[in-house]
Parts: sequence; structure tokens; C-alpha cells
Amino acid sequence: MASPHPESPAGRLAPPLRLQSKPLRQPQPEPSLGEILRRNGVSRRGFLKFCAATATLMALPPSMVPAIAAALETARRPSVIWLSFQECTGCTESLTRSVSPTVENLILDTISLDYHHTLQAAAGEAAEHAREEAMNANQGQYILVVDGSLPGPDANPGYSTIAGISNYEMLMDTVKGAAAVVAVGTCAAFGGLPKADPNPSGAVAVQDLVKDKPVINVSGCPPLPMVITGVLAQFLTFGKLPELDEYRRPLAFFGQAIHDRCYRRPFYDKGLFAESFDDKGAKAGWCLYRLGCKGPMAYNACATMKWNSGASWPIESGAPCLGCSEPNFWDAGGFYDALSVPPGRPGEALLTAGALGAALGAAAGALGRRKVKTAGLAHQAVTADQLEQQL
Amino acid sequence: MIASLEMTSMDFLMWTKGPLFQLALTVFALGMLVRLMEIFMLGREHNYALPRGSAVAGGLRTLYRRFYTDAGTFKSAPFDVVVGTLWHIGFIVALLLFIPHVELIKATFGIAWPALPNPVVDAITVITLLGLLAALVHRLLHPVKRFLSTHEDYVIWAVTFLPVLTGYLAYHRIINPYPLALGLHILTAEIFLVVLPFTKLTHIFTAWVARYYNGATFGRKGVQS
Repeated sequence: MASPHPESPAGRLAPPLRLQSKPLRQPQPEPSLGEILRRNGVSRRGFLKFCAATATLMALPPSMVPAIAAALETARRPSVIWLSFQECTGCTESLTRSVSPTVENLILDTISLDYHHTLQAAAGEAAEHAREEAMNANQGQYILVVDGSLPGPDANPGYSTIAGISNYEMLMDTVKGAAAVVAVGTCAAFGGLPKADPNPSGAVAVQDLVKDKPVINVSGCPPLPMVITGVLAQFLTFGKLPELDEYRRPLAFFGQAIHDRCYRRPFYDKGLFAESFDDKGAKAGWCLYRLGCKGPMAYNACATMKWNSGASWPIESGAPCLGCSEPNFWDAGGFYDALSVPPGRPGEALLTAGALGAALGAAAGALGRRKVKTAGLAHQAVTADQLEQQL
Repeated sequence: MIASLEMTSMDFLMWTKGPLFQLALTVFALGMLVRLMEIFMLGREHNYALPRGSAVAGGLRTLYRRFYTDAGTFKSAPFDVVVGTLWHIGFIVALLLFIPHVELIKATFGIAWPALPNPVVDAITVITLLGLLAALVHRLLHPVKRFLSTHEDYVIWAVTFLPVLTGYLAYHRIINPYPLALGLHILTAEIFLVVLPFTKLTHIFTAWVARYYNGATFGRKGVQS
């Protein structure tokens, strides 16, 4: 039921994708990550800080930092094909909108993003050609990133097509030569908004369709940019995928609940809650549980990594966590209902059943009374003589 | 999940919170009201004697007076009185005054009341759990109690103990992931609700009816009860 994913894809990636030891088949050797970072003005100190942060996030001992640094220094740019299906581009916005060029941002810049609807210059036939070219050049080695859900094989493919190709066909075709698939965002990971009840387009998640390649889910609506760079860094460093939870999410980022890392947790433990968005508790920054915070059941890194270059995050700005990194969060009850409140209208079921029960009980009681009354009326006096005659 | 029957912890939580909760509430309300209405419809024999006191006043008085244990009962079974009272109060406090429960009641019935701070409910829950455990041990060790106990007694002990235990585990986040912990707590509470109308647990409702009837009978006769 909730056991950790039995077969973590981490061990299945054979042979390990050691990009630094096996240059990609490209006419000219690409500059290494270290060279690109230096060219972009990233100091050695800044780079090592990023490596240390990555090690911490991956729960590795500090002794691993030099290994990460060395591996990243010499790593070549991995080819990434980014497929966008039924999505809102929010995930791409999240990953590309950094206020200033951060190390994470440069890491992103240094991957060879060979195909991405929103970010590529090419359009139409040329764009599709670029995808095929990247697939052929890096057969078996490229990382396939998917954002958005897609109509399942049994659904009407017309709900979402690219260049006349159905999403399903494009995914299955592109996934064949991929080393691994990263499902970015809750739509790609779990179906998200398109899959929400009543799911008109028959949307499914990537992991519902891809069974023979390692799938990493980076959920969130949108997910944290650092999670993507963290996954890629681990991939480049160790040539294998990170350890995953029961939803195939990297444990390093999704291993702890928001509630367990929330700076407002002491208020929960003391029993101090905001009860409306402008009351005394809200102004004092008390716990948002009663205003619908889903932090206790949401597993994500927002509480520690924050958003917008560490500026803030939803709970810090006074908004309860929506639990956007969890499967089916759209259908998991109202955003502003407390976690303990069930979806639907249980009160109606209770009243209807209660009324029906009362009616049934009254009917049964009335029936019993009538039986007693009839028996009383039918009662006839008997004398000893009459009884004797019957013998 | 398509192409797999594997249930994730979130599926489990949504199942227990959604359809299973509605089902449990339906069985509970239907069963309990059938039983209560049957009891009320039975009524009582008409009493032709002249009343010497008020039946209603007597009934209400006894409803309250029965909260006090008489000296004889306390002397013969002090353990049952003390431990029984402790965990009963603890159970009711945890059920009705814990903030998430108040939110659930507010959403279901549209009524709400002030709740207790979490640490207070936490402490009371520990007392309740220990009280229930002690009650079970006493029942098993006491020869008379053990002789009198039926299978049903052990079933309703478990059905009562489990929601408190799972609630404690969920609050302290001892079971992971949390949706599994919360789902287990809701599931055990649903089992409690479903079992309630068909076992001795009906005393939650019928005890008050019995107290009132007793008190009313004696009140009408003008004697203490």
C-alpha cells in the first residue's frame, strides 16, 4: 500500500551514464561544465558552495563535496529533450525565471536543451527535425523531460497534438532512446489538473505509460527549480538516479513533509492557530492548519529552499500550503478546508440516513405496537371448565 | 492508477476520507436511529396511579445524579470507577475538543465550539490510552470480570482503543507517510462508527434514555433514585 517503491530505478540504469568518461558523439568536444561556469563568471567559491548545497540536499557527507565538484567540473553537457504536453508552461516559467543568474540557473543553461517548445527558436518542421536529430545523435543517452499530462492511449488523441503527432505517440517514440525520464510538475508526475475529476481528456501521468525506463517524478505546481538542477547534478556526478520515494520522487527533496520543516510548526504544537485571514492569529503568524494548510500531508522542499531565490514561500506569505506536490491534490478537498475535513457533503449523507433510520425505526415500532394491541383484542377469557372440555 | 491495482497512501487517504466516510456515517445514522426509534416507540405501560411527584424533574435529576458514583460501588470496584471515568472523559475530550475534529464537525454539521490546545489534548490522549490498556489488563486478570467477558467485550475494546492509538500516532507523525497514518486513523474511526449501533457501544446513546426512564419512574413515585 505505502511501501517504498520496491524497485528503485536507481540501480537499473546499466551501464551507468558516465558522461565525463564517455564523450558524446559530437563533431567537436564540448566545453566542460567547469569551463562554462568560469566563462559565465562563476567563482570557484560560488561553485563549491553549490556543490556543498547539492551534497546537503542529497544527504551526502561533506567528504563527498570534492567528488561532486570534480565530477561536475569535467562533466559534458547532457542532451535534454523537453516535451510539453497538457500543461500551462508554469513549470518552464518556474525553472527559467531566476531574478539574477544563479549557479543553478547556469547549470540549467549548460545542459544541452535540444528541444523545448517554449525556449527553442526553431518552429514547425525545423523544431521536430531538431528533436529527431538530438534523438539520433544521443541514442540511449539523452534525458527526456516531460511536463504536462497527456491523453491516454484509449482517449481521443485530438485533445493535445504537436505538429500533427499525438502526445502519446510522441512520448512513446521519444522515450525509446532515452536514458531516463524526468516528469516535471504534478501534471506529468500524477496527472494534475487535466486529470482532475471528471478528467474530460482522459489524461494520464507519464509513469502510467512508461514502464521500461527509469522515471523520476519532480512534482509540484510548479516544482522548485533547485530540485531539477539537483537531480541533474546527481545524475552528472554519480551517473545514476537519486533514491526515490513511493511516488518515484527524489527522497532528497521530497523526503520530509512541509509540516515537519515549517517555521510555523511551534504554533501548531502550542495550539495557536489563525482562524481567518485577517485575525489576530494571522497577523501574528500563527499556524494556518484551520485555514486549510495541507502541510502535514505535503512532501516537498519549499519550507527549506523557499521560492524566488530564497525570498519567501507560500506559508511565509500567509497562504496555507495547497499540497500541490501530492497526487490528486485537486480532488483532495477544498483548498481552504482544514485537512481533517472530508471532500463532498458527508453531512447530507448523515441527515438522509438518519431520517431514513428514524422512519424505519418508527415503522418497526408501530408494527410492534399493533401486534401487541391485536393480541390484546384477540385475548379471550377461558374458564377451567372450557379447558377441561378441550382435554 | 492506471494499469496497476497498487494503492498509494494518498489513494488510501482519499478513499477513507471520501466514499468510506460517507458509508460509515450512513450505516451509523441509519442503524442508530432505527434502534433509538424502536426504543422510544415501545413507550411505557400507562400508570393509572396518582403521581406523587414530577416524572420529568425526576428523570432530569437522575440524568445528572448518575454521574456521581455511590459509595458502595466505589468501595467494591474502585479501579473500575476511577479508570473507567478517566478514559471515558479522555475519549470524549479528544473526540470533541481536538481542533481537527472541531473543524470536521463544523464542516459536517455547520456547528462549532472552542477547542483545547493541542498539547492538552495530547496529554489527555496518553491518559486515555493508558486507561484503556489498564482496563483491558484488569479485565484479563480479574477472574470474575474475565468469566463475565464475552467476545463482544474484547471487540468493542479494540474498536475503541484503535482510533485513539492511531490518532496519537498520526498526531506525532510516528507512521510515515502521513497520508497513511491519517487514513488509518480515519479507517479505525469508521469501524467504530459502523460497529457502534450493533454492539454494546449503543450505550453512548441509550445510557441517557435508561437514566431518564429510571429517574422518571422514581420521580413519579416521589422517591429518590
